[in-house]
Amino acid sequence: MEKPNLTYIEQLAGDNSEFKTKMIAILKKELPEEIAVYKSQMQNNNWQEAAQSVHKLKHKVSILGLEKSYYLAETYEENLKNKVSTFQNEFEIVLEAMLNFVQTL
Amino acid sequence: MNCIIIDDEEMARVIIAQMIDNQSELNLIESFSNAIQAIKFLNQNEVDLIFLDIHMPDFTGFDFIQTLKNPPKIILVTSDKNFAIEAFEYDCIVDYLVKPITEDRFQKALQKATATVMSNFSKIATKQPVSEDTTKEFYVNIDRRLIKIEFESVKVVEAKGDYIHIKTDTKNYIVHSTLKKIEDKLPNHLFLKVHRSFIINTQKIIDIEDNSVLIGKEVVPVSRANRPELMKRLNLL
Repeated sequence: MEKPNLTYIEQLAGDNSEFKTKMIAILKKELPEEIAVYKSQMQNNNWQEAAQSVHKLKHKVSILGLEKSYYLAETYEENLKNKVSTFQNEFEIVLEAMLNFVQTL
Repeated sequence: MNCIIIDDEEMARVIIAQMIDNQSELNLIESFSNAIQAIKFLNQNEVDLIFLDIHMPDFTGFDFIQTLKNPPKIILVTSDKNFAIEAFEYDCIVDYLVKPITEDRFQKALQKATATVMSNFSKIATKQPVSEDTTKEFYVNIDRRLIKIEFESVKVVEAKGDYIHIKTDTKNYIVHSTLKKIEDKLPNHLFLKVHRSFIINTQKIIDIEDNSVLIGKEVVPVSRANRPELMKRLNLL
């Protein structure tokens, strides 16, 4: 399984360590919040809202360099729009990996 | 070029702001996490360029564009590749960036925006033609009597089956007609269809919530499709 990384953030930040620190702080704040919202929507079978949350999370999947997982998230988002939960487990494993990675930063 | 960012995700706003900061020709005036705040801002401030997310809660990027009378140039920034065709139906949209944005792609979008903004500097704003129609009332046929109703007295028109209910300040009238027919008779500057079954007199609005508007004591639903036009009519502070 591919691993989260900071390549995109580091490329964007260049020598600007202040910007890199800011990005990491936002990741640490927004990611757990967005995951919590998504999980609550899934528990309540709010398919459309959960699809919107996955859509939002997709950006962070790509920011953390998870190219294959991005395509998985894209498919999963479409599934949710059709009230199908196929790839839920796979997507949530990706979320867990992202969360664990962000907590180590 | 003065620009603003509208995106509900802080991470996206910070990334775009950083890219703007690297461009000497761009001046970031403000960032907004929702479109309503941006509409209020644009009522009092002019900008040349907007970086706009499509997927936002309550009010999408396309809803937002429809509220703008004279939209500036817009670069869409989204995680969704499926809206490209719809996006280019709007003349104001100069490019479509898919997240995560790269510096190279951002530069290309900026070049397009700069070219179109510069070409627009010489254009003269066209004035809306002033309506010459001075009619102040209409007549409805009830029990073989033609009854005069002043436009200004009408609060709400509601369709119910084969009839419409015309609710005025003093009286309600039930008329065998359709919402479409009365919509054609009512002056556009006063009245707005906010739902498939409701036309309202915008002068009678007391307040507006997300999906409804209060007219007198009546709560009238506002459909998602009609909301942008309603927002456009408001003189927001």
